[in-house]
Amino acid sequence: MTRDDASTGLALAGIRKAFGPVKALDGVDLSVEPGELLTILGPSGSGKTTLLKVVAGFEFPEAGSVRLGGEDLTLAPPAKRDMGMVFQNYALFPHMTARENIAFPLEMRRLQRREIEGRVQEAFELVDLAGLETRLPRQLSGGQQQRVALARAIVFNPRLLLLDEPFGALDRKLREAMQLEVRRLQKRLAVTTLFITHDQEEALVLSDRIAVMNCGRIEQVARPREIYERPANAFVADFVGESNLLFGTVAGVREGLLELALADGLKLLAAGEVPQGARVGALVRPEHVSLANGSASANSFEGEVLETVYTGTSQKYRVRLANGTALLARVPAAAALASPATGERVSLAIAPALVHLFRDG
Amino acid sequence: MSASSVAALPLLPKIAALRVRRERALAALGLPALLLLALIFAFPVLRLLGLSLEGGSLEWYGKALGEGLYLEVFWITFRIAALVTLLALLLGYPLAYFLATTTRFWTTLGFIFVILPLWTSVLVRTYAWMVLLGRNGVVNRILLELGLAREPLPLLYNELGVVIGMVHVLIPYMVLPIYSALKRLDPSLAQAAEGLGAPASRIFLRIVLPLTLDGVFAGAILVFVLSLGFFITPALLGGGRVIMIAVLIEQQVRETLDWSFAGALSAVLLAATIAIYGLAQRARRHGAEPPP
Amino acid sequence: MRAAVGKARRRPRPGRIALGAISALIFAFLILPLVVVFPLSVSSAPYLEFPPPGLSWRWYENYFGDPVWIDATLRSLKIATSAMLLSLLVGTPLAFSLVRGRYPGRALLDRLAAAPMIVPAIIFSVAVYGLFAKLKLIGAWYGIALAHTVLALPFVVIVIGAGLRGFDEALEAAALGLGASRWQAVKRVTLPQIRPSLVSAALLAFVTSFDELVVAMFLAGSEMTLPKKMFDNIRMEIDPTIAAVSVLQIALIALAVLIAQRFGRGALEVK
Repeated sequence: MTRDDASTGLALAGIRKAFGPVKALDGVDLSVEPGELLTILGPSGSGKTTLLKVVAGFEFPEAGSVRLGGEDLTLAPPAKRDMGMVFQNYALFPHMTARENIAFPLEMRRLQRREIEGRVQEAFELVDLAGLETRLPRQLSGGQQQRVALARAIVFNPRLLLLDEPFGALDRKLREAMQLEVRRLQKRLAVTTLFITHDQEEALVLSDRIAVMNCGRIEQVARPREIYERPANAFVADFVGESNLLFGTVAGVREGLLELALADGLKLLAAGEVPQGARVGALVRPEHVSLANGSASANSFEGEVLETVYTGTSQKYRVRLANGTALLARVPAAAALASPATGERVSLAIAPALVHLFRDG
Repeated sequence: MSASSVAALPLLPKIAALRVRRERALAALGLPALLLLALIFAFPVLRLLGLSLEGGSLEWYGKALGEGLYLEVFWITFRIAALVTLLALLLGYPLAYFLATTTRFWTTLGFIFVILPLWTSVLVRTYAWMVLLGRNGVVNRILLELGLAREPLPLLYNELGVVIGMVHVLIPYMVLPIYSALKRLDPSLAQAAEGLGAPASRIFLRIVLPLTLDGVFAGAILVFVLSLGFFITPALLGGGRVIMIAVLIEQQVRETLDWSFAGALSAVLLAATIAIYGLAQRARRHGAEPPP
Repeated sequence: MRAAVGKARRRPRPGRIALGAISALIFAFLILPLVVVFPLSVSSAPYLEFPPPGLSWRWYENYFGDPVWIDATLRSLKIATSAMLLSLLVGTPLAFSLVRGRYPGRALLDRLAAAPMIVPAIIFSVAVYGLFAKLKLIGAWYGIALAHTVLALPFVVIVIGAGLRGFDEALEAAALGLGASRWQAVKRVTLPQIRPSLVSAALLAFVTSFDELVVAMFLAGSEMTLPKKMFDNIRMEIDPTIAAVSVLQIALIALAVLIAQRFGRGALEVK
C-alpha cells in the first residue's frame, strides 16, 4: 500500500478566497513534498479549514491553483481528487458497520469483491482494529472511531491524506497515543499528508514541516525546530510556544554584539546581523532566561517575582524588572532547588546568543 | 463585475458556472412535482374559480354575497367555526398543559389518546358520534338511565351535534401547537415567580398564558380555518339541516349542477381562508418584532 | 410548572389534581368514539342500539361476504398504495430541491407544494371533479390516485424536508470525498439516514389516501372506494356493518403504524 512516486506532491499557488468582505485566503502559496507530513498550524479564523476545503474540493478558490502531482485539480469535484480525508468528527456512516465504512471507497471505485475484502482486512490490521469489523460506529469508543475513519481514508491508496483537527475530541493521553500512531502509519505508507491543527504542540510532534497561518496568509513554512527557535515574525513567535517578546531598534554595536534599545528603556545585547537603526523584535524563550545568582553576565537584570507556576516538569516565574517589563523564566523543576517565592528579588540572565531577532515592520 | 476584478479573481466565472449548473440540477428535481401540481391542482382550481366569472360578470358573486339565504350560510359557517375554535381552545389548553407538565409516562400515554383519533378516519369518528348522539344513542341512554333527562335530547342532526363532532376532530390540532409553546417555555420563569410568592393562578395568568399566546394563536387559526372548510362532519352530523359552505358547494355541484355559483362560493371560501392565514402571518411577524 | 421535569415525587397540589381530573375527562371524550364502535360491531341488533343486546359476528360476515364491500376495500388499498408510492417518488426529489436549492422561483414552488394543504378539500374535490368529468376520467382509479397524490404531497414534503434538515451534510460530503457521485452518496448515505422520515411520510400518504372521502366522493362514480361506500351506507341505511368496517379500518391503521415503527426505527437508535 505504499506509493512513493512524484505524482503525489501537492502544490498550491496564489489561492484566494473571500466570503463576502472577509478574506479567508489571501494569496496562499504552499507545496508539500511527496511522502511528507506538513502541518498547517493557526488559530481559529486563520483560514486553515478553508484551505483544507479548497484542497479537498468542497470549496473553490477565486484565484490560484491546486495541483497534485502536476495535475490541475482546482475545480475538480471531490470525488475525482483521489484524496483521503479524516474529518473533525470522523463523519463515519452511522448505519454501516466498521467494515462497510472502510469498504465504501473501494466500492465506489468498482473493485472486485475479493479484492475489497482483502484490502479492508489489511486496513484493519494497519490501524490495529482487528476483531471490530462488524461493530457500528456508535458501538465503538472515540479512539476506535478515529481509527476507522483513518482506515477508511487510506484503504484506497490515495495520493494525498487530509486530516482536519482529528484529535480534538480525544482526551490527552489518547491524543498523544494517536499522534504517534498517525505518524507511524504515515511514514509506513509514505503518503503525502496535510494536517490541520491549532495545537502547536501537536504540530511540533507530528510534522516534517510546519506552515504557520494567520489571517489567510502563510506566515512561515519550516521544520519544527526552526519554527520554534527561529520564528520569522512576532506572530509565529507568539503563537508557537511561550515567549518573551520585546520590540525596539538596533542602537549600536558593541564587542561584536548588537545593542538593542527596547521598549521602556530596556537594553539587551544580542547576536545577529541587523543594520543599525533597524526596527527589530527580540524573542527570548523562557527556558533561555536563567536565574543567575548575582554573577555578571552580558544581559543581567534585577527584578521582583510576581508569580510562580509549577507545572510538574518545570517551574515558571514571572518577574517584573526595574523598568516595568515583565519576563517569563522557566527552570526545570529538578534544578529549581532554591526556588524564589512571590515577592522575592531575583537576578535574571540571558545569553546574547539565545536572543532571536526578526525584522519588525 | 469590472474587468480588473475579474482579472484578479479569474476563477470566479467558472465557479459561478458550476453553481448555476448545480442549481439547475436541484431545480430539475422539483420538475415532476411541479408538473403534477400544475396539472392536477392549480389548473383545475383556477378553472373552477374562472367558472364563477362566466359571461364576464360578477352576478354569481352577487348571488353568493347578496342573497339572504346564502349570507345565512356564511353566517352559520362562521358562527360554528368560531364556536368550535373557542371550545377546542377551552378543552385543548388544559390538555396541552397537562401533557407538558406531567411525567414521561403520562405524557406518552396522553399523546396516544391525542394522536390515535388523528390517525383514524374522520368518517369513522363522525359515524361514531352518530351512534353516540342519536335518540337511542349512548349519551341519551345514559342520561335517561340516570334520570338526568325525561326524554331523549336532540343531539344529532343539528348544530349542537355538528359542533360536538367538529370539536372532537379538531382538538388535536389545538393541542399540538400549544404543547410546543409550553415546552419552549423556560421553567425557571415560573419557578422564579413561585419563589417570589406568586400563587399558581397568578403564575398561569401573568406568565404562562401570555408567553404561550403564539401557540394558542397558531392553534386557533388552524382550527378556525379547518372548520370553515369542513364537509364530512357537518354533512353527516347535520343531516342536511346544517348547511355550511362546504355542504352548500357540494349541493350546487351534485344536485343543482350550478357550476358557476359553486365557483363563486369556492372563491369566497378560498379568499376567506387565504385572508385569515395571511393576517395570522402578519400578526405573528408583528408580535415577533421587538418594540421600538 | 414545578413538575415540568417530572422528577420530584411530592404530594400533588389541589391544582394538579383538578388538572388531572379535567384532563382525564377530556381524554375520555377524545377516545370515546373509538371505543364505542368496537362493541357496536359485534352487536346482534340490526340497528344502532347501545348497549348491544347480544353478541354476533354477522356484521363482519356481512362485510366479508359482500363483494361490493370487498371490492371497495381492495380498490382503496390499490389507490392508497399507488398514491403512497407516487407521492414518495415525486415528493422526495421535491423535498431535496426545496431544502437545498436556492434557485429563482424556489419560494414559489414551496408555496405551491403547500397549497393542497391550505385550500379546503371541498374546493379541490369539486375542481378536479369538474376537470375529470370533461376528460371522462370519472370512475378511473388512477384518477383518484393522482388526486390523492396531490393531497398527500404537502405532508410528504414537510416530513422528508424536516428529516433532510436534520441530516448532517458532512456525511454526504465525506461520501463525495471518498469517491462517490452525488447520486451514489444520496443513495448509500443520505436516504438510509433519513429512513424514519421516509417511512413516516409513506405512512402519512397511505393513510391520507385510504381514509380520504371528499375527493373520492366525486371521482369514484360507481367504482367506489371504501370511504365512499361507508359514507353512502351511513346516509342511506345505518346498520352496524359500518361499525364492523370502522373497527377493521382502525385495526388496519394500527397495524400500518406498527409496521412503520419497525421500519422507521431500524435506521439508527442514537437516543
